[in-house]
Amino acid sequence: MTWRSLIPLGLFIVLCIALFVGLGLNPRLIPSALIGQQAPTADLPPLPGKEPGLIAADLAKGQVTLVNVWASWCGPCRAEHPQLMQLAQMGGVRMIGINHKDTEANALKFLAGLGDPYHAVGVDQMGRVSIEWGVYGIPETFIVDGAGRIVLKHVGPMYPEDLTGKILPAIQRAKQ
Amino acid sequence: MIAELGHFALTLALMLALAQAIAPLIGAARGEARLMAVARPAALGQLIFLLIAFAALTYSFVVSDFSLSVVATNSHTAKPMLYKIAGVWGNHEGSLLLWVVILALFGAAVALFGGNLPQALQARVLSVQAMIAVGFLLFTLLTSNPFARLIPPPLEGNGLNPLLQDPGLAFHPPFLYLGYVGFSMAFSFAVAALIEGRVDAAWARWVRPWTLAAWCFLTIGIAMGSWWAYYELGWGGWWFWDPVENASFMPWLAGTALLHSAIVVERRDALKSWTILLAILTFSLSLLGTFIVRSGVLTSVHAFATDPARGVYILAFLCLVVGGSLMLYAVRAPVMKGGGLFAPISREAALVLNNWLLATACATVLLGTLYPLFVDAISGGETKLTVGPPYYNATFAPLMIPLLLLMPLGPLMAWKRGDLPGVLARLRFAFGLAVMGTLAAWYVMRGGPVLAAFGIGLGVWMIGGALTDGAERVKLFRASARISWERAKGVPRASWGAMMAHGGMGIVVLGITASTAWTTEKITLMRPGESVTVGAYTYRFDGAEQAPGPNYMALRGHFEVTRNGEHFVSLSPESRTYPTPPMDTTEAAIYPTLAGDLFAVIGDPLGENQWSTRLYFRPLQAWIWAGVILMALGGAISLSDRRHRVGAPRRAAPVSSPPISIAGQVAISP
Repeated sequence: MTWRSLIPLGLFIVLCIALFVGLGLNPRLIPSALIGQQAPTADLPPLPGKEPGLIAADLAKGQVTLVNVWASWCGPCRAEHPQLMQLAQMGGVRMIGINHKDTEANALKFLAGLGDPYHAVGVDQMGRVSIEWGVYGIPETFIVDGAGRIVLKHVGPMYPEDLTGKILPAIQRAKQ
Repeated sequence: MIAELGHFALTLALMLALAQAIAPLIGAARGEARLMAVARPAALGQLIFLLIAFAALTYSFVVSDFSLSVVATNSHTAKPMLYKIAGVWGNHEGSLLLWVVILALFGAAVALFGGNLPQALQARVLSVQAMIAVGFLLFTLLTSNPFARLIPPPLEGNGLNPLLQDPGLAFHPPFLYLGYVGFSMAFSFAVAALIEGRVDAAWARWVRPWTLAAWCFLTIGIAMGSWWAYYELGWGGWWFWDPVENASFMPWLAGTALLHSAIVVERRDALKSWTILLAILTFSLSLLGTFIVRSGVLTSVHAFATDPARGVYILAFLCLVVGGSLMLYAVRAPVMKGGGLFAPISREAALVLNNWLLATACATVLLGTLYPLFVDAISGGETKLTVGPPYYNATFAPLMIPLLLLMPLGPLMAWKRGDLPGVLARLRFAFGLAVMGTLAAWYVMRGGPVLAAFGIGLGVWMIGGALTDGAERVKLFRASARISWERAKGVPRASWGAMMAHGGMGIVVLGITASTAWTTEKITLMRPGESVTVGAYTYRFDGAEQAPGPNYMALRGHFEVTRNGEHFVSLSPESRTYPTPPMDTTEAAIYPTLAGDLFAVIGDPLGENQWSTRLYFRPLQAWIWAGVILMALGGAISLSDRRHRVGAPRRAAPVSSPPISIAGQVAISP
């Protein structure tokens, strides 16, 4: 037996340990360091017609806000759009979009085509502000309470069960 | 009753597999022919019992016996018959049963057609094969019994995931499994060789056909999956670097390397321990793929309904099989010293380079696939990230480009010592074609990405290289047509197969380059009567109507496509809504032409008399599938080579190391 011939076995053992640890983790569960923290303070210019964009100071003025990060090029955003529309119809929460690394024309076309659930949309052309919000990938949705604290972060598309099981209860809690 | 018979047959197959795993191994060690003789009938019996079990499950699906838990969760009476049958393997339990059936099929093939193998080698190979079967049968019976009953049985089933209700399901998984499981043969041969402590040309010659067959199946299986994603998901994409796609692609890369390194073992008696390692790794990657899909450690569109107990079981099994074989390798591999020496410029060296690049590419994909898991595990679940196409573009592509650039050189290189200037001189025709191809692409597309024009040149270079290889072998244009024809008949089929596979890869490169770089897409809202121009084609939307299907409701749109004002084709994409389970699917309408695919998708109605539509023109898209088919066909032709079938595999007399290679020396040099 030589050291060299043991290399494959050694690498494999490392792999097995990682796989074993991985079994106990949930890959869909993404923690956020921002829960309970104040929302980032950066403002964003508006998408034309969707003024005033994202004004960070407005988030702490007593109203519960849903912040949704989206883009026209993002497939899962299309999947969650009906849920956002439903939420907008139900009312009871201010909805602000962060349009992530998108072109103005495509973003407007997206809203014109699929419906516009947002009260205001801020344009984050460079994705800088999304980074401050701790966005891993889009779509992501945040619930911000009246004091401007993030109370919930939802990663990935918001399916109907997420809307009823997670988003709506969080909005209710934030209102109390 | 039928289900209980199936369950019983499955248990009997396990018992036979146990006998097949133990008796022949002891027999081979002690040289007892009677114990070794257990292997063949046991392998055949195992196949028969598994076929009975599979038939029982299929019958339960066909008659919609909802007292079976698998049938109730995955089937529905209103489902078309094709999907009732294909639904057998459209779920975790059933697909596992298909896995073991195919495993037994390969075992039985060795028992039936392996008559020219030395008895001890055949006994050991079948024993290793049976050990794998024992593991999977235990897994099936203990954690994923397809014959589990449900009391009380529901009146109606939950239905099959609508995305799976597609002819693709009927063929994609069986082909994929034939590939995955086929590599178990190379694995069993490798482990048997390690136990014997002997690898020689005859061994390589036995292993190659099995590897080649598995490779052909896997090639087709992956392409089918990719094609299915292309038309079913409706996003025009055909490869997403999804963990499960990677899980099938890694064994393909390793298997491709194995195919090539086995040639060196066969012809030149070199690269032995590397080839053994590759054989082990290729199948290990297949097992890893199984683990990834069924354990839920990574998020993927393909993941089966997961259960932690299953994950732990497969991981334990993976450790046992791969860890055991790698341990054996660590102990025995240093014994196997290669014989043939070769110069840095030679066919052998070219194949070594091929292996290094393929193995590194495979490692990059492995790292990209498992990296999120590593980070997650090390940070204790605190850090999550995803690895996407940018990573693969930055790492995988730079490894592939030199491999593909050098590909035409390899087959023209002589064994032992090659003549690089001579090879390059013979490739000047291909080089000229490639330069012309690059410039033509640049001119026709009026600029665009430089890399894309280069990609076209690369594809042409590879095709030109394959043609040069063929022309050289038959002395085309240098001898009379009659002599060329005579020579063509003398060229071994394995060489024709290699040329086709290499040329096919060139066609794939052309397709990938063009469809990635020059796709035009229009995503718009359309009212009936409106027209949109996509590339050279004008799509007129003629409205949409509701059309009921057997177990779904479809919205069918109509597009009239014209080119230069003349009618070209009519496209009718559908958007289907399934009630059980509730889900929407898109059925893209695709019209493939040599120049590119016309691709239309209809979305939901929005507003009054207005629909969202997605229209694409994807240049040379069909070339990808055509190239892959050519590659698999090349493999099949190579498989029909008489050298792979008859006579040749006769082993050298059992002398102490190094074994003399008879076959390698007799083989005619091309």
